[in-house]
Amino acid sequence: MSRRLARVVLPPLVALGLFVGLAYLVSYVFLSPSRRFLLPPPHDVVAHSFFRGANLHEQLNATWDTAKVSIAGIVIAFVIGATIAIVMSQAKWIERALYPYAVIVQVTPILAIVPLIALWFGYNFTARVVVCVLISIFPIITNTLFGLLRVDPNLHDLFTLHRASRFERLVKLQLPHAIPDIFVGLRIAAGLSVIGAIVGEFFFRQGTPGLGRLLDQYRAFLETDLLMGALFWACFLGIVSFAAVGFVGRRLTRNWYEEGR
Amino acid sequence: MTAGEVIAFRSAGKVFPDGTEAVRDISFELRAGEFLSIVGPSGCGKSTLLRMASGLGPATSGEVARKVENIGSVFQDATLLPWRTVRQNVELLAELEGAAPTERARLATEAIRLVGLDGFESHHPKALSGGMRMRTSVARALTMKPPLFLLDEPFGALDEITRGTLNEELMRLFVSERFAAIFITHSIAEAVYLSSRVLVLSPRPGRIVAEIEIPFAYPRSPELRFDPEFARLSSEVSHALRETYA
Repeated sequence: MSRRLARVVLPPLVALGLFVGLAYLVSYVFLSPSRRFLLPPPHDVVAHSFFRGANLHEQLNATWDTAKVSIAGIVIAFVIGATIAIVMSQAKWIERALYPYAVIVQVTPILAIVPLIALWFGYNFTARVVVCVLISIFPIITNTLFGLLRVDPNLHDLFTLHRASRFERLVKLQLPHAIPDIFVGLRIAAGLSVIGAIVGEFFFRQGTPGLGRLLDQYRAFLETDLLMGALFWACFLGIVSFAAVGFVGRRLTRNWYEEGR
Repeated sequence: MTAGEVIAFRSAGKVFPDGTEAVRDISFELRAGEFLSIVGPSGCGKSTLLRMASGLGPATSGEVARKVENIGSVFQDATLLPWRTVRQNVELLAELEGAAPTERARLATEAIRLVGLDGFESHHPKALSGGMRMRTSVARALTMKPPLFLLDEPFGALDEITRGTLNEELMRLFVSERFAAIFITHSIAEAVYLSSRVLVLSPRPGRIVAEIEIPFAYPRSPELRFDPEFARLSSEVSHALRETYA
């Protein structure tokens, strides 16, 4: 166990040490004191962001606000995305009819539709959630559809021979079969939804601040140490979302799912 | 139709929409208590034949007359639902057919006992060996007590020892349950050991090139494989099979 720990934990720790060392090198050796604010030494980042009550409080609140937006986004993206995938799985012509538009949603740069979202949904929580949904729905649709359609044809034959209805086929065969794939999509979507929330906060400035607005504010005041602290929380949120979805997925399927089958 | 007949092919043929002719002019009858094996080179349309028998892929010429609706299907893979336990898998068909939960449970318990999977009811397929998965698949088919079994190379993916054991178990089930069976296999020994009749198919389009009666009485013991008559019949099947390539 300890050897495994050493193998898994040690290499990234060494890499982290090197990065921190490099940051100190740039901050103290390459930057003159007047320009040091461009890359503050790591202990300043930690001290100012995490050990000053007011700053920490501000950042944690913002993280929680961003988390709420991205969770709402992913839940809605899941409900809509899975529904679209189920509808598409019912007939080839429906899939052909809808798929191009799913691709269009995916490839349209999110910033290009921000003005439209603002006009339709205002500058508040709702608008931010809409951004999250748009940015994270595509992997949910495609992975769910893949799982629904990839069922062994022999199993379909068996269901046909025993006069299963369309609904039984969906509920007892296709949906359970798709669960591992749905979670592959959700894991990608979880990271994207956090990005969507932060992008949304950059542009929709009413209501709670969130990390996006905090980042913009720190940038405006050249508070690079705090900017990096906020950046840390943004990463943290992304990683936690990714890991949480992965954990739930593994818990649901560990009894039966065989990786690589 | 004659008495006891379960299914009959009459000059049945199948041409796929892309123009490929899979099988041609197939005629045979199968009665209750008969075990028919079909052997033939790869790609000769054996699986197509089974799909014609089950009605999943109807004949495009001639006729397939089936007297029974209730068919037990066993595929090359166990085709279990991996998220269900052994018991839930075995209950599936009764569930799809709308049987009451108590009835389902009774049928499943009986079938699980018949294939010797007692004690493994709550295992998921992931935790089972290939042979046990196949037993689960057979148990699932048994629950509906089908008068006709269609088996598509069910033991092809198993090792020789497991395969031998499952052959004997299938033989035992055949003797006790008295169904009719169409069994597809690549193994001549398996075909001769299990069958009352062996059909040899030609390469595509598959036609019947030989029909060989296997007269041994049931139940047959594994030692039958060392009987000189068994060897003679096996070589007869083997000859017919080799001639199809000539």
